[in-house]
Amino acid sequence: MPTLLMIGTRKGLFLARSDDRLAWSLDGPHFPMNSVYAAAMDPRPAASGGSVRLLAGADSEHWGPSVFRSDDLGASWQETEGGAIRFPAETGAALVRTWQLRPAGADQPGVVWAGVEPGALFRSDDGAERFSLVEGLWDHPHREQWMPGGGGLCLHTIMPHASDTDRMLVGVSAAGVYRTDDGGKSWEASNTGIHAWRMPDEHPEFGQCVHKFAGQPDRPDELFLQNHGGVYRSDDFGATWSAIGGNLPADFGFPVAAHPHRPGTAYVYPLVKDEHRMPPHDRCRIYRTSDAGESWEPLDDGLPREHAYVSVLRDALCTDDADPAGVYFGTRSGEVFASADEGTSWTSIVRHLPDVLVVRAAELP
Amino acid sequence: MTSGSTVHVRVPASLRTYTGGRSAVDVDLAELGQEPTIGALLDRLAKTHPDLECRLRDEQRRLRRHVNLFLGNDNVRDLSEQDTPLAAGVEVAVMPAVSGG
Repeated sequence: MPTLLMIGTRKGLFLARSDDRLAWSLDGPHFPMNSVYAAAMDPRPAASGGSVRLLAGADSEHWGPSVFRSDDLGASWQETEGGAIRFPAETGAALVRTWQLRPAGADQPGVVWAGVEPGALFRSDDGAERFSLVEGLWDHPHREQWMPGGGGLCLHTIMPHASDTDRMLVGVSAAGVYRTDDGGKSWEASNTGIHAWRMPDEHPEFGQCVHKFAGQPDRPDELFLQNHGGVYRSDDFGATWSAIGGNLPADFGFPVAAHPHRPGTAYVYPLVKDEHRMPPHDRCRIYRTSDAGESWEPLDDGLPREHAYVSVLRDALCTDDADPAGVYFGTRSGEVFASADEGTSWTSIVRHLPDVLVVRAAELP
Repeated sequence: MTSGSTVHVRVPASLRTYTGGRSAVDVDLAELGQEPTIGALLDRLAKTHPDLECRLRDEQRRLRRHVNLFLGNDNVRDLSEQDTPLAAGVEVAVMPAVSGG
């Protein structure tokens, strides 16, 4: 089956296609001069005879942010009415950017979640045509004390529980992880065990600079998290976290991706913290754990092995849903690498793009 | 052609997807109330061309940071911004600020 790879960059969205995950064709840019931080593929319409719906959050320096959707795999795009995501007037807030678009599970058709800056969660019930603010999180008493990270006060990660629609985690920089067990009505901080960087209290209730977390549908309680200093695992859907950065050459980084099927398997891209932020030993290496973080192995077959100063942003590493899994990452210097063998070997599939902000991949039906 | 009773809003090419491809939108001054202003003009556009207006102002009705509106040769930011008064027959030009890399 063909694989589609969405590549969001600082100057538009590119779409790469492959029948074998080795040779790729590329088209784009869609939304030129728009930063595309959020990209998603919604497979639910395909289950009822339609096409996979593509979603993109694009923001123009001049004309502001909007959400686009495509029901023909990128041949044409529809812009959501009025930009789709807008804060209610009484909040006094205005949307800066959409950081994350996350279709819910098959048992919630039409539901799409959006994480935005300033830190807030929105919900759509019509497949991303209109969104409304999740007030339970916006009204949380902690919110007034949240501090923006370097990327802004962004809600960058949304993790619905795969088997319980009332449960969800979100990640906010630099507020940490928050969880709901009642479908978004109430929220509580969920950072137990995560170290806080440059805070007087190193284990506060909230304020952790969480960069990304990821899980796999088959094991919804097992999550992996890349913090601003520290890699963690949770076995209880974020109630508690344990450090697993043991033999990584550096435990700083931005992205983390989970294997789509294989238990205990995840990928990170370590950087030397904190003012350096380049890969250890100037080698471009993905690290993979196959034992839930007990150990990590470097993967660099096909990746630059010297004079590599590239970094990878929080959403610019992903897996597809195939078996064996494909793994993909894009760099701030505009190169995208793909692996068709679960990360063991890599191929550069496109170079000279603008800074890569997000990659998302899936096999098409 | 600007009519004596309208405000002529010139739209840059990048926003013409919101005007049906037209390079300008004419707004009847009588639709802008007793004291027509830039703000009243944008409020009117919010009704007639909502997808255009939301590219010019955010949801709190603030002009977007890199959007400039010129009344003749004057940037309305150098006048009274959205309180800048309008008269019949004037032209308002939407221009993106020179920015970005």
